[in-house]
Amino acid sequence: MKGTLRTLLIALLVAVIGGLALAQTKLTFWSWRVEDADEYNQIIADYQAAHPGVEIEFVTFQASDYATALSAGLSAGEAGDILQVRAYGAFETVAEPGFLLPLDDKVPELQDFPELAVNGERLRSDGRVYAVPFASQTLLIYYNTDTFDQLGLTPPETWDEFLATAQTIKDAGIIPIANGTATAWMDEVFTGMFAPNFYGPEFFDEVVAGETDFTDERFVGALAKLLELRPYMAPDFAGVDYATAQNLFANGLAAMFVGGSWEIANFRDLNPDLNFDIMPGPAAAAGQPRLVSSFLDGGYAVNAASKHQQEAVEFVRFLATKQFGQQFVDLLSNVSPIPGVEFNDPLLAKINDFNQNATPYVFLVGFRYQSPTGSTLIQERLPGMFAGDIDPAQVGREVTDGIATYYQPFQD
Amino acid sequence: MADRSSNKSSPPAAGTFRLGRRAGRILWLACLLVPPILFFVVFLVVPIASALIYSLFEWQGIARAGFAGLANFRQLLFEQPWQDWTTNAFWHNVIVFITLMIVQNGVALVLAYVLGGEPRGTRFYQVVFFLPVTLALVLVGFQWKLFLNPLFGVVNKLLDAVGLEALSQPWLGQTSTALMTLILVNAWRWLGFPTIVFLAGIRTIPREYFEAARLDGANEWHVARHITWPLIAPAVTIIVILTFIGSFNWFDLPFVMAGLDGPPGKATDVLGLYFYRTAFGEVSAGLQDFGLGSALAVLMFLFILAVSIVWTRVLRGREVELS
Repeated sequence: MKGTLRTLLIALLVAVIGGLALAQTKLTFWSWRVEDADEYNQIIADYQAAHPGVEIEFVTFQASDYATALSAGLSAGEAGDILQVRAYGAFETVAEPGFLLPLDDKVPELQDFPELAVNGERLRSDGRVYAVPFASQTLLIYYNTDTFDQLGLTPPETWDEFLATAQTIKDAGIIPIANGTATAWMDEVFTGMFAPNFYGPEFFDEVVAGETDFTDERFVGALAKLLELRPYMAPDFAGVDYATAQNLFANGLAAMFVGGSWEIANFRDLNPDLNFDIMPGPAAAAGQPRLVSSFLDGGYAVNAASKHQQEAVEFVRFLATKQFGQQFVDLLSNVSPIPGVEFNDPLLAKINDFNQNATPYVFLVGFRYQSPTGSTLIQERLPGMFAGDIDPAQVGREVTDGIATYYQPFQD
Repeated sequence: MADRSSNKSSPPAAGTFRLGRRAGRILWLACLLVPPILFFVVFLVVPIASALIYSLFEWQGIARAGFAGLANFRQLLFEQPWQDWTTNAFWHNVIVFITLMIVQNGVALVLAYVLGGEPRGTRFYQVVFFLPVTLALVLVGFQWKLFLNPLFGVVNKLLDAVGLEALSQPWLGQTSTALMTLILVNAWRWLGFPTIVFLAGIRTIPREYFEAARLDGANEWHVARHITWPLIAPAVTIIVILTFIGSFNWFDLPFVMAGLDGPPGKATDVLGLYFYRTAFGEVSAGLQDFGLGSALAVLMFLFILAVSIVWTRVLRGREVELS
């Protein structure tokens, strides 16, 4: 009796453990989106319900530590099966040494993605795509609709109208533009927002091909135009950093804020009562195009060393579907590059419209692959340019010289 | 303690007693020495050695590629724009050290001398001066960053209130003021530490020396110059060396108050920030180069080690001469 019971118990135990082992494939999904964990877990729960036997754990790291955690995890062979990766240069840092699985032959959905998005996850040395793009970002002007209404202003369309609008706001005792120059990366954003309408839609391809460089008068002229904004930026703007500028705008002390599409959620958080809208940068003159700088934020990749590659690829394919794209847009308020996704949020719908007239955000997309990156070089010089210590021509020359130390097309 | 307890448990026979005692002693010493040596090797020797090895290789992102010899060092010291960045950051560290020696340690010495005379409220002032040292540095950084904000900060508001509008400015946003502002905040935070060390040094000097000198008609300057100053030499040695090491490893305060890029335009860049950016990637680009970063770490380590050794010897020599 005792023996039979024991045998039964052991058999049951073996069956349970064996069954579990057979049924459950456990995948880990690494991300830097700590603030999106709830939404991702909801999406994952839906996926698991439709795919019994697969269990996905969403693991997050602080955004600032993510690159280090990912590097360390990949070289130690302990990184997740599915990995959120950055785009462009930071993506190549992990893709080039062979840590990621090429996906272009495994995820057919990628063929329908826009080129601008897919190119952010394409390794330049072999031309293959290693991640499914998840969001694009666009540089914009945010404006306070209450302030504009009170002053009887309509969103300006040309540069001259923009300056006149700023003057009206300033005369009313309100700071026209919240931005300052104390945070280096924001200086690049500020420049990238206004400059394309002066250097034009062809400049990006030409400069990347080396047909021109940053001493080009179109680029230097665009920088010079930016200096006309100085009277309308926050007072003592040299000391105004990112957080201060955000607060000035969110609390209605400044009427406009130049930033990326990622700020929508921040402003809604900082001040739920704030009424704001967005517009693209002003055109150089009436009838000229209104371009926006746009770039890919990152993608979902599969760890080449994953023990469950097949399941991981299957999940990443799901992340390329319209079904996921729609959930992503609705739950996370981001602009997904997945074709056919509908934007119910009016601001996202607007950004999607602006993106029809997009040019790549020049230094991030074209010159962040090698050190010194174009971003490093321009960011280092912009505060000096706004302070009047160096002129735009010198900025263009020094940025070109810095990039030319490794960039063949600039060396001739 | 150990010997006494082994006495009790050991048998009385003289020979075995000695052997047991000796074995016990060796075991005891081993117990005391092995953990710190292991700790030292694992957490100090291995990282330094691996940094040295890393610095001799080329890195492809995060994967180690071919042997590079001294190419990483050459790049940092002789190739543009790294050469400019290296010298820029290095000189900033030198400025940090010199200014802290004058502003922080100089003031601390004066304060310690005054407090050494035991004026009324000595204990109170001691606590007040030391209080910022006990605050978390990140807190100090954020608090001062708020104080110095050009729009909301109390510093400019105070200047305006007392009629010095001309002086109110974006302290952290200008090339001309950013580094000095950071150094002064650092001095504010650390002032209490050298003060306490100097004060401890002054308190070890027998009172009779001062009394004898005063009876002989020495004035305050003579007492300070010929009795206090030479006799607190050991405290001075420690503070100089610690300030030197602290200045060249400076990272946390500029990181919190200015940012990883040493803004504006590298005006607050120091070797610590430069190292972090090179090895682990900067805010925007995130390109990592462990080889170049390790080479920079090795250069910093060798420089700090060499100067500290020479300086300690010189300063200690002065102490021996005097005692």
